[in-house]
Amino acid sequence: MDTIAKPVSLREHVVPVEAAEHVVAAHWLKSTLALALADGRVLRWREGESELIEAHAGGVLSACCDGERLITGGDDGRVVALTAEGQATELARDEKRRWIDSVTLSASGSLAWNAGRSVHARDDKGKVKSLDVASTPQGLVFAPKGYRLAIAQMNGVSLWYPNTEAKPECLEWKGSHLDVTWSPDGRFVVSAMQENALHGWRLGEKPSHMRMTGYPSKPRSLSWSHDGLWLASSGADAAIIWPFQGDGPQGKAPRECGARHAKVTRVAFHPRALVLAVGYDDGCILMIRLTDASELLVRPAQKGSGITAFAWDKPGKRLAFGTEDGAAGVLTLPAAG
Amino acid sequence: MSEKIPVTVLTGYLGAGKTTLLNRILTEDHGKKFAVIVNEFGETGIDGDLVVGADEEVFEMNNGCICCTVRGDLIRILDGLMKRKGKFDAIIVETTGLADPAPVAQTFFVDQDVGDATKLDAVVTVTDAKWLRERLKDAPEAKNQIAFADVIILNKTDLVSPEELAAVEAAIRAINPYAKLHRTTRCDLPIDQLLDRNAFDLDRILDIEPDFLEAGHHHHHSDEVRSLSFTIPGDVDPEKFMPWINDLSQAQGPNILRSKGILAFKDEPRRFVFQGVHMILDGDLQRDWKSGETRNSRLVFIGRDLDEAELRKGFLACAA
Repeated sequence: MDTIAKPVSLREHVVPVEAAEHVVAAHWLKSTLALALADGRVLRWREGESELIEAHAGGVLSACCDGERLITGGDDGRVVALTAEGQATELARDEKRRWIDSVTLSASGSLAWNAGRSVHARDDKGKVKSLDVASTPQGLVFAPKGYRLAIAQMNGVSLWYPNTEAKPECLEWKGSHLDVTWSPDGRFVVSAMQENALHGWRLGEKPSHMRMTGYPSKPRSLSWSHDGLWLASSGADAAIIWPFQGDGPQGKAPRECGARHAKVTRVAFHPRALVLAVGYDDGCILMIRLTDASELLVRPAQKGSGITAFAWDKPGKRLAFGTEDGAAGVLTLPAAG
Repeated sequence: MSEKIPVTVLTGYLGAGKTTLLNRILTEDHGKKFAVIVNEFGETGIDGDLVVGADEEVFEMNNGCICCTVRGDLIRILDGLMKRKGKFDAIIVETTGLADPAPVAQTFFVDQDVGDATKLDAVVTVTDAKWLRERLKDAPEAKNQIAFADVIILNKTDLVSPEELAAVEAAIRAINPYAKLHRTTRCDLPIDQLLDRNAFDLDRILDIEPDFLEAGHHHHHSDEVRSLSFTIPGDVDPEKFMPWINDLSQAQGPNILRSKGILAFKDEPRRFVFQGVHMILDGDLQRDWKSGETRNSRLVFIGRDLDEAELRKGFLACAA
């Protein structure tokens, strides 16, 4: 038995996946990995076997997944669904071929997407409702429960019940809101802003504001911990993790994990443990345990290969990552013991 | 670090010939591939895989700078395009005839992701020789577009007499004597006169030398938008100059459309070169002054309601 302490690393547990193109998003369809690529194709990968599927004419701009199907939005104005078996179906097409900047799915299978300033929501029975908003939304997310959609746009986030005639509720805050996320318990809505900040609202009769500032760049990647008590974010030289216990992070300091001389571009919490995958613009990936801030190296820095996408599989055994130059990979966590 | 993608901004009043020019750029055999960001997508007769519709979504940055407006849609679209690096060599942004070029230009200085991936190459303004003088009277946007331009295409020259042409050129020069001016009929000029201008490149700012050198040629008084140029025959004191130019751009930023300068700092062998768009200033020490090159300090402002006497006094007080 080797008793000399080795630098802790998970590197040898990573299998490369050659995507050759900028990876826009990564998702697991059960045990099949789907990488949505900037050239409009989707790479299907399963145990070392891969296949490319043409999904969009130009490029994939957005993608989401419910574990059964991958939904992609493209710059050809189309919304496409892809199964684990690789079967592609067009769900919607914009007549004016506007970009589909955002797609999102709810837990019950409802789908929403935008085409320019028009937002469309399709419930699980297939009924489509549409809403025109003041500026092109880049962030859409459904509430964890109920058929309600948050729409990030200029000067705030709108909360829309697509199946009612009621005017959307507007959570106002000056500036441009890019991405939006809803806390798993439904109590908080948080947006990522152009102004290098997060802005949060605690929902209720009178929504209260939470300002989370101090980022040197835009925090474009957000991830909730499995217990919903922490929100990790990119945009700084460390992962910034805000506490959402009780009334939320207002007045509290965030945790900072994995500080390096590089910018964090992606974060993804493990689906069952307080472990965070952190990807940097220099290509490095660290796995960080929140309880003791211990770090494991998953991928060393690699020039021109900044991390662009993460996906944990449902059991939390495998982490897929995508990069700017297409050098993707899959980490399989070694069995404990 | 990889090469930044050059971006050319195409402005011009309605009907001046922007679409004609855009089609020339896209169809001419120059071996380059362009991504084009257009307005009124699908209605301009320009189509292709890399043609993207924009919505001119201007918003104010939450940074305490009142004139710091940027184009949110442009940031979003450039972010999307940058994932497809290698598919195109350059980007052209068309603006509507009514658009103010400032938010477009400011987007490249204010948004870090955009600034890291792309560089603003030049603002090209297409004008109509027959109607420009009318537009300058009734449309402030037309004036801004001339003031902002690095390259001006004076189009439809076949529709006016030589006297009218001289008059319209004088009107342009009164606002902006520094832009490269091309006379065309149907926007027929070599594409290399439009692209790779490096007009916003601090290394190339010497190109601001106006076509006619003496400031005395600006015989206009009625027009509110005009250009002013000041020279100190020698060095300036950076301890005086930097606070002055910062205060000035804060106080008068809304009125200063563009500013450029090359300065000789005391005891500094390198030239200090800067440029600004409204309140946003971008400056750096560049190459050494060459032997035989006169160490002069020179500033140019293009703007609205500029107080010439006050600006001159302020600048001259910065002399070392």
